[in-house]
Amino acid sequence: MECFKTLTSGIIPLARDDVDTDQIIPARYLKVTDKAGLADGLFSSWRYLSDGSPNPEFILNNHEVQGAQVLLAGDNFGCGSSREHAPWALAGWGIRAVISTSFADIFRNNALKNGLLPIVVDADTQRRLFAMTGESPTVQVTIDLASQTLTLPDGSQVSFPIDAFNKTCLLEGLDSLQYLLHHAPEIEAYERTRGWAL
Amino acid sequence: MSKTLFEKIWDRHVVLQEPGSPAILYIDLHLVHEVTSPQAFEGLRQRGLPVRRPGQTFATMDHSTPTNTLELPLMDNMARRQLQQLQANCKQFGIRLLDLDNPQRGIVHVIGPELGLTQPGLTIVCGDSHTSTHGAFGALAFGIGTSEVEHVLATQCLLQDRPKTYLVSFSGRLSPGVTAKDMILALIGRIGIGGGTGHVFEYSGDAVEALNMEERMTLCNMSIEGGARAGMIAPDDTTFEYLAGRAYAPQGAAWESALTNWRSLPSDPDAVYDRQVDIDVSRLEPMVTYGTNPSMSIPISQRIPDPAIESDAVRRGSLERALSYMDLQPGSPLQGHPVDVVFIGSCTNSRLSDLRQAANLLRGRVVADNVRLLVVPGSESIRRQAEAEGLDRVFKEANGEWRFAGCSMCIAMNGDQLQPGQYAVSTSNRNFEGRQGQGGRTFLASPLTAAASAITGRITDPRTLL
Repeated sequence: MECFKTLTSGIIPLARDDVDTDQIIPARYLKVTDKAGLADGLFSSWRYLSDGSPNPEFILNNHEVQGAQVLLAGDNFGCGSSREHAPWALAGWGIRAVISTSFADIFRNNALKNGLLPIVVDADTQRRLFAMTGESPTVQVTIDLASQTLTLPDGSQVSFPIDAFNKTCLLEGLDSLQYLLHHAPEIEAYERTRGWAL
Repeated sequence: MSKTLFEKIWDRHVVLQEPGSPAILYIDLHLVHEVTSPQAFEGLRQRGLPVRRPGQTFATMDHSTPTNTLELPLMDNMARRQLQQLQANCKQFGIRLLDLDNPQRGIVHVIGPELGLTQPGLTIVCGDSHTSTHGAFGALAFGIGTSEVEHVLATQCLLQDRPKTYLVSFSGRLSPGVTAKDMILALIGRIGIGGGTGHVFEYSGDAVEALNMEERMTLCNMSIEGGARAGMIAPDDTTFEYLAGRAYAPQGAAWESALTNWRSLPSDPDAVYDRQVDIDVSRLEPMVTYGTNPSMSIPISQRIPDPAIESDAVRRGSLERALSYMDLQPGSPLQGHPVDVVFIGSCTNSRLSDLRQAANLLRGRVVADNVRLLVVPGSESIRRQAEAEGLDRVFKEANGEWRFAGCSMCIAMNGDQLQPGQYAVSTSNRNFEGRQGQGGRTFLASPLTAAASAITGRITDPRTLL
């Protein structure tokens, strides 16, 4: 997994609550057997018109946010299906962090395993960020994971929560499967205490 | 110390809990399907790892499978490749697979219980958010992503933070025509689509105890639509009667010792929950969604709410967007709204009792001229049972389509889908934009409401036809 240490980036404001993973990547893109090419399907029902041309009203097609790596969303981002194709598509497009007041549990787990940082802020910070991007679409935020600090475009700072385990994995680019594999002896000992066979 | 059902199962499955790290949680049963597993198997190959416990892993095909034929090769090249990939992966790693032509194949959350794989006290995962269904048996069951599928394949374990507990107490008696589907839609409407985030639901109360296993599965199935990854019901005699004699259920002496274990699982009387909600079901009506997530529902007799009453701007915008997508007017009734398609199926409502309820309304009637009725049983076993009872004839004589088992129009990956702009009454679990086909519009409801609406061609209160 790619390391995540600091990031200074423009912001893509998506002022919608309850963005579900069916919107992030519709099911018609899920017939793949690898992770390649999913960025093409990112938000595709919102991003493209029915004739396949880019929808000029959708934020991802705004030239001012091209290259931005931080998505600013409404509440409860990533609800619905467990598809990891959602963080794969976001990361594939270039998004490295999503800011919201809350994330659905499965999406959050999936994002963290792909170097995509879910940043939880309070409703006031979220509102201020939406206001700042509204005034100037090219404003930037800076994320410093080690100090768990988000610096807003006006220079003010807020801290965000992340558990120690995932923080270390992201900072050092560690794969959490290695942690499990490292504990194979404990898993084996546990299995010996239980009689279970299908 | 007093413990909840969840806490008992969690504590029994913690392999290791190091300070500052999530728990290593042991997984008893891992269910696998074609859509969320290919990249996980590829990860194992790249790392040179075997599947740690193939005997505790079970695969089926359901999402991208056709429902109009079971003949291979499939016309859809990508779906064909995905199914072939699952076949090859199961062969390489020694995993049992219910292949397309297997008489026991079906939707993963329907066949687990049917085969007796789903049992009280187990930890069960699958790369599918509706794994919460299995909690109906008093198991801790939840959906995971593909990286986690790889973790379980490789180690039979997951890294998990302990979720909080949320008691959902349903009291009273359901009126005729009101079902478990209406109970869960009412709950999600009450607490919101993210209301259960970070929590595990435990459903309890006399209204839950009165439900049969299939109804309990409907309830637990949609826990994730309320934000809770898992929903659970304490196992009782209803659970044990359902399981007795099933293929993978314990037999003989093992059954007796399993019963002793299972009877120890229900929450202790003075167990404490982090949150609680109480719902009196005796006043419930059939519920129908009007918007683009499952919390946007109303009792069928009521009118669509006005976004103007929302004070929060983003929330008001979301509601306005939802009504605009659905092309519905605030303040207008849902009842009587024309529908183009009625879909009866999915892991929420495709079991025999669902099909019987729908057939009872449809018997001797035909669907409205403008309506397409699609009935998709949850498993091939259910299909055969339904056909033995003549339910298929009822649907066909009503001018409905009777299909082979699969997820079908719930997720619209297999060719069964809505056309842009069409309205469907669906017994499935998600009314997200485009969920049932790009541009399609979904009203979620019970099998009874779906059948009643098929007959009239409009959203119809089933109690008027009972």
